[in-house]
Amino acid sequence: MKRSATPLLMLAPALTATGILVFFPVLNTLWLSLHNVVLFRPKSQPFVGLANYVEALHSQAFWDSLGRSVVWVVGSVSLQFLIGLGVALLLNRDFRMRGLVRAIIVVPWALPSVIIGLVWTWMLDFNFGILNQIGVAFGLLDEPVAWLAQSGTAMAAVMAAIVWQGFPFFAITLLAGLQSIPHDLYEGAEIDGANAWYTFVYVTVPGLLPVMVTALLLRMIWVANSLDLILVMTGGGPGTSTQTLPLHAFLTAWSGGNYGSGAALSTLLTLILLSVITIYVVRGQVDG
Amino acid sequence: MAKPRYVALTTGVPVFLLLCYALLPWLWMVLSSFRPESDLTQSPIAIMPSTLTLANHIQLLARTSFASSLRDSIIVASSSVVIGLAMAVPAAYAFSRFRFAGRRALQIQFLVINMFPVVMLILPIFVILRALNLLDTYLALIMGHATFTLPFAIWMLTSYINGIPQELDQASMLDGATRLQAMLLVVLPLAAPGIVAVGLYLFLTSWNEYLFALMLTGRNVRPVTVALQMFIGENQVSWGLLMAGGTVVSIPATVFFLFAQKHLVGGLTGGAVKG
Repeated sequence: MKRSATPLLMLAPALTATGILVFFPVLNTLWLSLHNVVLFRPKSQPFVGLANYVEALHSQAFWDSLGRSVVWVVGSVSLQFLIGLGVALLLNRDFRMRGLVRAIIVVPWALPSVIIGLVWTWMLDFNFGILNQIGVAFGLLDEPVAWLAQSGTAMAAVMAAIVWQGFPFFAITLLAGLQSIPHDLYEGAEIDGANAWYTFVYVTVPGLLPVMVTALLLRMIWVANSLDLILVMTGGGPGTSTQTLPLHAFLTAWSGGNYGSGAALSTLLTLILLSVITIYVVRGQVDG
Repeated sequence: MAKPRYVALTTGVPVFLLLCYALLPWLWMVLSSFRPESDLTQSPIAIMPSTLTLANHIQLLARTSFASSLRDSIIVASSSVVIGLAMAVPAAYAFSRFRFAGRRALQIQFLVINMFPVVMLILPIFVILRALNLLDTYLALIMGHATFTLPFAIWMLTSYINGIPQELDQASMLDGATRLQAMLLVVLPLAAPGIVAVGLYLFLTSWNEYLFALMLTGRNVRPVTVALQMFIGENQVSWGLLMAGGTVVSIPATVFFLFAQKHLVGGLTGGAVKG
């Protein structure tokens, strides 16, 4: 008897905290999403079934924000992945001070999102931004661009910031993956006379694939959920040009005071992410 | 054997470009923080500063409430470390040393936490804490940070404690130690490096966090990440103060990672490698 009680006692504090601050809120959000709850009418919260979901799926704002989320996730994650892969391949070579370089490139990853937003807002500023100045000086830009204040460029500007934040994650993860590929595979390829490209395609990529897929999935979920960087840099604007799905849900509930709709939107986001994860897990089991 | 010049070209040049990309944006902020406000409101901005000054940092700490925000962030982040470890260490020990019904389900349960979008949780958490009259208190933010870092802390510590031979606990228990003593006096000292790494991670995550800090705090408690946003006015941005604040706020991230990165990096990315 005592044997079975001890571990549960040890787990009790952690379980209680997650119960109150994670699982109860999840259930509460599900409950809210089925009711018409608005900030300025706290007493009346009628059950409305799936009306909030139907309303969301019929609204242009939902599909627009979902589309922006797809651009945000696919665009920025593929860029940070490609840069990270390049950096990992570079750091996998032997050179002096490699450890120091590895330590330095992790700094963007460790910085708070607020600082990342600040750094890039400052560099992209219309009047005082260094990037505008460099662009004009080198003839890349005819005149300074108000990157964050134009709906056509704001998304790209925020993506530049999150790519900078996220590339070290891929660099370090893929580097660890590269270093776990057995050395004799490379020796074998060399003996067979394979050139660098063939070695990359037939040894490096297959060896790295499991790490690549997991890192991509983790980072995609992360980026899909993230709203702090966008909140800090543009607040979703100008207009709604950087309003991704989580931000749309957040603003609907928070600024709009419409808790029911906001809850339905964030539940939809969760369901979309859950289906992506499920496909990954099921596929992984079939493959593995 | 590759020729030295060839290596300098194919490795040296990319490494140099990489360092520029990784560091220059951040260094530009740090450099800007040491420039007089007149430098920062000149368009187009000069690359070289006219002079270097501590004026922005002094104004930040002396004339604004940033110093009290620093205190708030230090209190919240250190307490999150203590409370987070107090919850995670016994949980990790239980997962590592006991085989009990529901163990696997509970482990998965902790991983599932990471999947819920923050936006799905933040509103009910706000409502709960308001009902408990805990909004705008240290406790609210500490519990929020400590709880949301639990999955990672438990996962890291479990694998760390797994590396410590069970025979050590058993031997000490044969010698008359209780389970609690075995954990606290035998396993914990051996797990110290792992605990320190997780502690650093908890501190950094809490220090860096923005959304909870924004939603759950107000007049009394205002962590640095939220305080920074105050310098962005409706019509005017105080770039000097922002840059100085940004430089101060980024100290833990840069210091921890430059000096303890071996421990931290493995942890932060280990999840992906393991899968």
